[in-house]
Amino acid sequence: MSEPLVRLENVRFAYGERAILRDISLSIPRGKVVAIMGGSGCGKTTLLRLIGGQERAVGGRVTVDGQDVAGLGREALYTLRRRMGMLFQFGALFTDMSVFDNVAFPLREHTDLPAELINDLVMMKLHAVGLRGAARLMPGELSGGMARRVALARTIALDPMLLMYDEPFTGLNPISLGVIGQLIRRLNDALGASSVIVTHDIQESLQIVDYIYFISEGRVAAEGTPEAIRNSTDPFVHQFVHAEADGPVPFHYPAGDYATALVGGAG
Amino acid sequence: MADVFRKMGSMAINGIWQLGFIARFFWLILVYSGQSFTRIHLTLRELYFSGVMSLLIILVSGLFVGLVLGLQGYETLQRYGASDSLGTLVALSLVRELGPVVAGLLFASRAGSAVTAEIGLMKVTEQLKAMDMMAVSPIARVVAPRFWGGVISMPLLAALFSAMGVFGGWLIGVVVIGVDDGAFWAQMQDAVDFRYDVLNGVIKSCVFGVAVALIAVFEGYDCVPTAEGVSRAITRTVVSSALAILALDFVMTSFMFRG
Repeated sequence: MSEPLVRLENVRFAYGERAILRDISLSIPRGKVVAIMGGSGCGKTTLLRLIGGQERAVGGRVTVDGQDVAGLGREALYTLRRRMGMLFQFGALFTDMSVFDNVAFPLREHTDLPAELINDLVMMKLHAVGLRGAARLMPGELSGGMARRVALARTIALDPMLLMYDEPFTGLNPISLGVIGQLIRRLNDALGASSVIVTHDIQESLQIVDYIYFISEGRVAAEGTPEAIRNSTDPFVHQFVHAEADGPVPFHYPAGDYATALVGGAG
Repeated sequence: MADVFRKMGSMAINGIWQLGFIARFFWLILVYSGQSFTRIHLTLRELYFSGVMSLLIILVSGLFVGLVLGLQGYETLQRYGASDSLGTLVALSLVRELGPVVAGLLFASRAGSAVTAEIGLMKVTEQLKAMDMMAVSPIARVVAPRFWGGVISMPLLAALFSAMGVFGGWLIGVVVIGVDDGAFWAQMQDAVDFRYDVLNGVIKSCVFGVAVALIAVFEGYDCVPTAEGVSRAITRTVVSSALAILALDFVMTSFMFRG
């Protein structure tokens, strides 16, 4: 069991000419919660899409549970994905279905379980996120935090081995944020799963994760346990942890000379 | 001058690319259509949204088109003393042309735009990606049932449109103006051939159904996932469907009705 569940080796990725990931190597050990952090647009979400097989790397290897994701055919990829769960940034609930039907969706699609059993399973999943009472509501009637918890219940419906979270904390009030954070940790341990969180919420992550990777300019800029990260003297990590406006991550988007732009008219 | 040619060239190439994408998409829909029929409730739901929900506009429009045909037809025919042929004129215009074409245009703007908007918004809110990550193919689960719902409802709606139109023509011609009731129906039954007129009209409406449904699901699935992108996709659905219907109608008419 010492082999990590997910392993990325020298992964490169580009959208057309624009390089997103230059050389990423990281691993997600079994049973752990790992955070991947970095500024906006640094390719964090792309990492999840590579692990889930929705994008293919230009170079390097992505393996999940020993399988090379890029080398899988459609059927094999779908088989693998049944054991993965991904929580999208705003939940991505199916707006034409009730909360109950949303959570039941993967069970109905992938199993032949009788209706009563599906009912019990859905209620258990909803209970785990504290929303059993909301089963009959439609997604439009939920708050942002509730929608994300329902999506989380749907994500764990098939008891996946790997849970992926795309910016799970964005746009939540402090209470919902704490609830989601605790749920991520508790569900990971209760399911015996492994989790990857892509986020830029450093304070929440430091409390719940086992290991943190920092991504900058397409490379792993720093890594370590929360303890090590807190005490890090690395200027990049320091800027991030203390939320400083300027530092190794510049305030200004790369641009030409300011004076020239002003005098010359068109930038 | 060279620029103009370059632009025209790139537009042509883009158009051909787009056609290729649609053809590949069409093929994928056919490949993933199994579920649309094994789990028939998926398709029935779309049949309800595309077909049943379009009924009102189709029936009312059909009635009005029939009323107008009755008035105009009578006005022209009575000049030649042929007002008894009003039934023939109304029925042939509707069954051959107006039924499939006008119903198709209405169907594209009522149901096609709704399908594009729904699929586009599902793309914007990452519902399609989420489904794909749950190992459920969005083409099988979302696109194919909507496609078949449109394909099945279109000929039915066109038939109802024609029936309402004939009723409207009868209402004006016989009830209001006073054309002979027996002559109206007898002339119609005599002149309208099932194979040549009705069946060809049904074939037309089936082809329009495939065209509108395919354009609607493709534009939704292919849209740029932003608010602006969805609104553009809806516009494109209505415009391309209308052009496709009118162009296909000309082509089919020239093959079907050459006298």
